[in-house]
Amino acid sequence: MPAENASDDPRATGARSVLDSGDVSRVIDRMAHQILEKTGGAADAVLLGIPTRGVALAARLAGRIAIFEPVSVPIGTLDITLYRDDLRLRGVRPLGATVEPAGGIDGRLVILVDDVLYSGRTVRAALDALTALGRPRAVQLAVLVDRGHRELPIRADYVGKNLPTSRQEEVRVQLADVDGADGVFLTDGLYPGERGR
Amino acid sequence: MRHLLSAGDLDLTEALLVLDTAEQLDRAIAGRDVKKLPTLRGRTVVNLFYEDSTRTRTSFELAAKRLSADVINFSAKGSSVAKGESLKDTALSLEAMGADAVVARHWASGAPERLTSWVRGSVINAGDGTHEHPTQALLDAFTMRRRLRGGEGDLEGLHVAIVGDVLHSRVARSNTLLLRTLGARVTLVAPPTLLPLGVERMFGDPVDVSYDLDSVLPTADVVMMLRVQSERMAESFFPSAREYSRRYGLDVRRMGLLPDHAIVMHPGPMNRGMEIAADVADHPKRSTIVEQVTNGVSVRMAVLYLLLGGAE
Amino acid sequence: MILIRGARPYGEDAVDVLIADGAIAAIGAPGSVAVPDDAQIVEADGLILLPGFVDVHTHLREPGREDAETVATGSAAAALGGYTAVFAMPNTEPATDTAGVVEQVWRLGSQIGLVDVIPIGAVTVGRKGERLAELGAMADSAARTTMFSDDGSCVSDPSLMRRALEYVKAFDGVVAQHAEEHKLTVDAQMNEGAVSARLGLKGWPAVAEEAIIARDALLAGHVGSRLHVCHVSTAGSVDILRWAKAKGWDVTAEVTPHHLLLTDDRAEGYDPLFKVNPPLRTAADVEALREALADGTIDCVATDHAPHSTEDKETEWAAAPPGMLGLQTALSVVVQTMVQTGKLDWRGVADRMSVAPARIGRIDGVPSSDGGPAGPNGGHGQPIEVGRAANLVLIDPDATWLVAPSELASKSRNTPFAGFTLPARVIATFLRGTPTVLDGALAATAGATA
Repeated sequence: MPAENASDDPRATGARSVLDSGDVSRVIDRMAHQILEKTGGAADAVLLGIPTRGVALAARLAGRIAIFEPVSVPIGTLDITLYRDDLRLRGVRPLGATVEPAGGIDGRLVILVDDVLYSGRTVRAALDALTALGRPRAVQLAVLVDRGHRELPIRADYVGKNLPTSRQEEVRVQLADVDGADGVFLTDGLYPGERGR
Repeated sequence: MRHLLSAGDLDLTEALLVLDTAEQLDRAIAGRDVKKLPTLRGRTVVNLFYEDSTRTRTSFELAAKRLSADVINFSAKGSSVAKGESLKDTALSLEAMGADAVVARHWASGAPERLTSWVRGSVINAGDGTHEHPTQALLDAFTMRRRLRGGEGDLEGLHVAIVGDVLHSRVARSNTLLLRTLGARVTLVAPPTLLPLGVERMFGDPVDVSYDLDSVLPTADVVMMLRVQSERMAESFFPSAREYSRRYGLDVRRMGLLPDHAIVMHPGPMNRGMEIAADVADHPKRSTIVEQVTNGVSVRMAVLYLLLGGAE
Repeated sequence: MILIRGARPYGEDAVDVLIADGAIAAIGAPGSVAVPDDAQIVEADGLILLPGFVDVHTHLREPGREDAETVATGSAAAALGGYTAVFAMPNTEPATDTAGVVEQVWRLGSQIGLVDVIPIGAVTVGRKGERLAELGAMADSAARTTMFSDDGSCVSDPSLMRRALEYVKAFDGVVAQHAEEHKLTVDAQMNEGAVSARLGLKGWPAVAEEAIIARDALLAGHVGSRLHVCHVSTAGSVDILRWAKAKGWDVTAEVTPHHLLLTDDRAEGYDPLFKVNPPLRTAADVEALREALADGTIDCVATDHAPHSTEDKETEWAAAPPGMLGLQTALSVVVQTMVQTGKLDWRGVADRMSVAPARIGRIDGVPSSDGGPAGPNGGHGQPIEVGRAANLVLIDPDATWLVAPSELASKSRNTPFAGFTLPARVIATFLRGTPTVLDGALAATAGATA
């Protein structure tokens, strides 16, 4: 079972809603507009999602961009497991597929897409994985939530929501394609029985 | 999974995980100039080989290096029989060197299993005596799945004929175990002298056995030819190479008995003209012999990743 | 003098037994035997009294492999196992194939004095199976050796085997055959069957044993000699022995404790502690062996106690020598497999572990130091009655114990029963009236009394 899948329903575990379904749609629309604006129409851009929810988010962004402008941004998937620096901290992780976007990434503007930006280590691994895949013209980063606490000099080019958090808290992102509904939740990282102690 | 000693150690879920991981790894480096992944940086893999096998050792070495592990090749000719260092003392030395995995090839059946009581790291059986060779079975299954099942899922319903010196073959034992786990039907084909006594019940559920290759081929999706060493002749397992070849060799006529889609496999090294005719071994459509070598690296990468890629 | 109080001979009614001058001086109902003032009292309430055990198949490793066992350590293990006599197999270095080596081993045993050590002479020079050793000289030696074997190797040559069987008739000797058709067991590692097929270990087929037993039984019948078959391990061998005995031929046989309990699936895991020759067989074989021991087709239990150093056993299965310790666990295994299953009562145990082996080894006569027929080793396997040599063992039938290799008296550790909890313990052993074991430990006064 991939670790990114929060199997329990955050609403059932006393999590606090940060963005509801309508908020998430509006945030994604804004990010799509920002991408179009900042890339001058996204003509040579490709969106590369980091599993699991980064892939769903990339698809959503591409879909919205296609509605706002007559442009079809290729999407792909970048599995970073083999490049992680924390493999030995947990049991062995199953590998996912890397799917190159149509036309490849050489000479393109690659926008990495992930749901939450936290320590920056995932993005660091993604940059390594990207290097092995080809040589983009430039690389940008789009995230739905930036929760702070960076451990590496990495920042996002497109941020849906800046969400100040403590390290104990957990951010859970839900996207309709993966979870059936949109939403962003903040939990205290404790099991229900541990609260109030 | 801590060690890989027998193909029978893997249940269906684990066997599919190895095959799926091998597919992902294969794709992760396919077509790349630099076939290298940083995944096992800082891990040490020792190839402990008590038997010469350049093919298997090289395959494991390449797999480990593609995952950025440090590789030490330790060729041990000695044994407690030949007054060399004992297996236990060698194991303790490897332990002291910090081996995270020991890839063991040994002339004695069960030697890798003995190693597990002396080293903390993972032990991978790279062929022990006449017992097992689980990574060979995995790469064979991987090859069959790619050729006949689009690289996905199990091998339910596939009929695999394993032909030749089953008695002395670790490949036959591991393949039989793994293929059955994956849902395939296996028929072992050999002269009775080259089948172990008790073969029908060696894995509990009955194993299909035939002495007649021609009768098996028309329903086989895969025919796997085993190496037959000519020394066996001197021990009267069969009268002559010519007679063996006539009765159990895969020549062009016999290949014609196979269904159109069927493939021909061989774990190598081959005795061309003995168990397999050159025209069959080199057949562009049916023969997977070169592919098997390529696939071996991916499968061994998968095994190394699954054993060493997580927390200890 | 020693008074054993309240012991139950053969598990029957309790009695007091007085021992004096190495023999049983009196037996009577509890309290009825007059207690001399200087008598040592051994309380034996609830304990079973049997004649001291006799092992016709022990490897003491001396001379040559004193790192694995010595006559001293093997004697201690034997005494603790309830034995008063053991026959030492000749596969030492050098082989026990001359009167000189035979006497050397015998004298060592006498000096240690914990059990009578009777050397078995090699049948052929150097146990090579080529020409007869000086069997007569060994029989005439101080050790009075009348049992001969090339154990570890089979006397393969049928002509040579015939001659050996014939030759030993002159001194009422017996050839103890290690029945193995070597041509069928080249590089063999374990019982041939489904388990060996799966483990990829070369099979040791039952027929390799059975073929030799059949041949030798026919030879013994033909020349009218005594044949003893070592470590019978298969159901097929039992059938052949039953047939040979029905013919009236003088064929006896032994079974080891490990073949009464363990099966070939112990090879899984490839721990050479379970490697032995002949190999562990199937459950059906085990059942046939138990039945045969119960009905007397197999005459006796013999340990095939075979010590091997830890470094020899901590290795690859194929590189390890075959063999298992047996002296200290034999009684317990026999109780578990034969008594607790109702196949043998205590008289049966006495017969299979003492009376029958003493008769086979011809140490059941009156001992004499002047060259009488039983030589110096007589007095074993005797009924428990007044006037008999006091070679006795006291057993706690209700005890259980955990087998810990490091606690065994043997110099080696290769017991296959490590970690087993076994029934019945030897509490005391008496060799010609002298306690060699008391309270389950070597007696302080034991040894150097012979």
